[in-house]
Amino acid sequence: MSERKFTFDALKRILREGAGADEGVDLDGDILDADFEELGYESLALLETGGRIEREYGISLDDDIFTDHRTPRALVAAVNELLKDNTVSAA
Amino acid sequence: MSTSTRTVITGIGVATPSGLGIDDFWAATRVGKNAIGRVTHFDPTSYPSRLAGEIRHFAAEELLPSRLIPQTDRMTRLALVAADWAFADAGIKPGDIPEFDMGVVTASTSGGFEFGQNELKKLWSQGSQYVSAYQSFAWFYAVNSGQISIRNGMRGPSGVVVSDHAGGLDAIAQARRQIRKGSKVIFSGGFDASICTWGWVAQIAGGRMSTSDDPDRAFLPFDADADGYVPGEGGALLVLEDELTARERGARTVYGEIAGYGSTFDPKPGSGREPGLRRAIEVALADAGVETGEVDVVFADAAGTPRLDREEADAINAVFGRHGVPVTAPKTMTGRLYSGAAPVDVVSAVLAIREGLIPPTVNVEPSPEYGIDLVTAQPRSASVRTALVLARGHGGYNSAVVVRAVD
Amino acid sequence: MLAPGGIGAKNFWSLLSEGRTATRGITFFDPSAFRSRVAAEVDFDPYLQGLSPQEIRRMDRAAQFAVVTAREALADSGLDLGGFDPHRTGVTIGSAVGATTGLDDEYRVVSDDGRLDLVDHTYAPQHLYNYFVPSSFSAEVAWAVGAEGPAAVVSTGCTSGIDSVGHAVDLIREGTADIMITGATDAPISPITMACFDAIKATTPRNDDPEHASRPFDGTRNGFVLGEGSAAFVLEELDSARRRGAHIYAEIAGYASRCNAFHMTGLRPDGREMAEAITVALGEARMNPEAVDYINAHGSGTKQNDRHETAAFKLSLGDHAYRRPVSSIKSMVGHSLGAIGSIEIAASVLAMENHVVPPTANLHTPDPECDLDYVPLTAREHRTDTVLTVGSGFGGFQSAMVLARPDRSVS
Repeated sequence: MSERKFTFDALKRILREGAGADEGVDLDGDILDADFEELGYESLALLETGGRIEREYGISLDDDIFTDHRTPRALVAAVNELLKDNTVSAA
Repeated sequence: MSTSTRTVITGIGVATPSGLGIDDFWAATRVGKNAIGRVTHFDPTSYPSRLAGEIRHFAAEELLPSRLIPQTDRMTRLALVAADWAFADAGIKPGDIPEFDMGVVTASTSGGFEFGQNELKKLWSQGSQYVSAYQSFAWFYAVNSGQISIRNGMRGPSGVVVSDHAGGLDAIAQARRQIRKGSKVIFSGGFDASICTWGWVAQIAGGRMSTSDDPDRAFLPFDADADGYVPGEGGALLVLEDELTARERGARTVYGEIAGYGSTFDPKPGSGREPGLRRAIEVALADAGVETGEVDVVFADAAGTPRLDREEADAINAVFGRHGVPVTAPKTMTGRLYSGAAPVDVVSAVLAIREGLIPPTVNVEPSPEYGIDLVTAQPRSASVRTALVLARGHGGYNSAVVVRAVD
Repeated sequence: MLAPGGIGAKNFWSLLSEGRTATRGITFFDPSAFRSRVAAEVDFDPYLQGLSPQEIRRMDRAAQFAVVTAREALADSGLDLGGFDPHRTGVTIGSAVGATTGLDDEYRVVSDDGRLDLVDHTYAPQHLYNYFVPSSFSAEVAWAVGAEGPAAVVSTGCTSGIDSVGHAVDLIREGTADIMITGATDAPISPITMACFDAIKATTPRNDDPEHASRPFDGTRNGFVLGEGSAAFVLEELDSARRRGAHIYAEIAGYASRCNAFHMTGLRPDGREMAEAITVALGEARMNPEAVDYINAHGSGTKQNDRHETAAFKLSLGDHAYRRPVSSIKSMVGHSLGAIGSIEIAASVLAMENHVVPPTANLHTPDPECDLDYVPLTAREHRTDTVLTVGSGFGGFQSAMVLARPDRSVS
């Protein structure tokens, strides 16, 4: 588990499973630097997404994770930082 | 604020085992097509009841945005799609009516039980952190009113009533109150879809479900062989407006009027006093200003258990006389749809008015001892101007609505 | 009245007027796995409250609450000795989540703690159907008081406790019923409820200081504290109550409900739908904003709510919002979902009886964006002839009710 990496593809899968995708938004398009809000994900969708990432990767995300990291690129980086730090889950 | 205007039905969204949308639904209902079959949503072999009225070809993913799918129970998906159809049928687009003048009043019996089961399973088999963020509302009784209002920008008075199978009529009555207070358009009706193992076990616990394996001999209200009901899933949403609004905006179809309503609760069991259904009928007729002789058809609650069938037949006969009025129960084709059952019967009533045809009660050999004129086997041609819809709920709920033709 | 911190209206009022809190660490189950481990529990023994073993077996805790409070209300009204027509007496009971605690318990049994997909019906008790359909609550109340008029559960999330009473008022006004037994109940403190609010971080994680965990309008608040309870009322037409010489607690002068059509759990920061409900309710009461003496806030203790509500008061009442006391009893009794609206109506009525406004406990450093007079920490003597009480619920429901002393001078 300690070598696990959180990928952009994993984020897209989790978003689709947990929150779907807005009409007119192509998750496979160029969205790495788009705001989650622009992509149509409001607080509830992000809470569900955060919960799924926590469970799948055995980590604990900060309450402010989505306000501090508002784009897919920033979130993926932040989660990978946590995965690096937490070889043993802090959940 | 208050007006004496009539509350009329100008749009319909219906989804039942008999059909999705008015045309499908009525094509099957008018000829008495039985939609009851063996449960397919799960393997029912180990349960004492194995038949249900299931909606077979409902592709929510094709009809709703994918953002809504993870956060909705099946009953909410059905309700949201029916709301879309009802808007289209009424010729109203979100935005046509001022947002505070448009509301939603729905009934629910058991909420999003299947959604709840999945989350309870995660909680107890995996741990509390596995419970979905959507569990905080996806299963609860208010979810359909909330989701419909959000999807369609309806900010007016809304509500949710729970009175078991009678709730669908109570919601329609509450919608009519809001229209009388000045709202222009209220969506009203009910949806339930609890054909999941957890819902099944809860319904079995109620002790009134049929244990037959023969879809043609399972749900037999007013039959000497009646031995319980078959559950179904689905419901209907009606667009209700005050007549003036409907006329002013040039509504395409005015299906009929919600002319009267009455609601009572039975005396405590063991009191020996008369059940409340007769009073509910009388209150509804008086509210509508309708004489018994003007009622052209009664859509029965049709519980399918001897005691409740007896009570219902006694109430109908006390008001209309033995064989005094045609009685029908199209729900014999779909099973009981819980809070959705009565709104679906209101839909059948207005379509019966439109076509001049009473849909039949299927599979039933009426027992002569009930003394009612049950429309069985074949639909019956009749001029229908006024229909009475009855609905009863577990514990003693009785509601009655009078639906009347509008010229 | 059944509220955390004391049974009966008298104990409830001493808790509120002394500014004490009833929020504690959860004792009903082991909460160690949860993010939020605080709740406001009711010290309730159904036997001591006069329920029979049969009633206790077939009723969920929330239904037991409702039956106990309905009986208490009927006895208090003086109508318990008969003299009312059962056919003209109805019941509406508010509940947001029905028998969720009973369902949680029974699910564990029939599913073998979640192991079985094909849950086992042979382990299901007969009363599981009563849990499946919360209309069993209004049925039990109707039996308990002998009502045979219209009956229903009203379930509009966290505004249920206001909407249930509003519905009852409608039935009396339109002439359907002469007397309504109404109110609300919820007993949601169970693992599934804690888990679902954990998942959206709506409940407070302030587990190290449970007695001060509910902090509406305070800058340090970080979620609500789940509660439970019930309040019931007997409603009748004012003139008939006067004729029979009843003690009249209050007149329900106006009521309205609107939807935000925005979000299942979120609130628009401008508060305009709640403001609309307040304006319509005041209109029905034929009152100007100046006539409101006290505002009983929803005040759940989430940042979003506190700001939404503050904006709604300003939008509907104008500058007058700054000149009247506003407080949240959820700081003391927690948030009992569908029940709290009725419990807050009871608090409003008692505020008018005593001309004392209950405080917002735990309010030391107000959120700078919440700049009204929230009556921090201690109750205040204040002439209270009219109260505005509001609620806000999942699903987007926003409700407002205006209560008035029957002897108030007309403004």
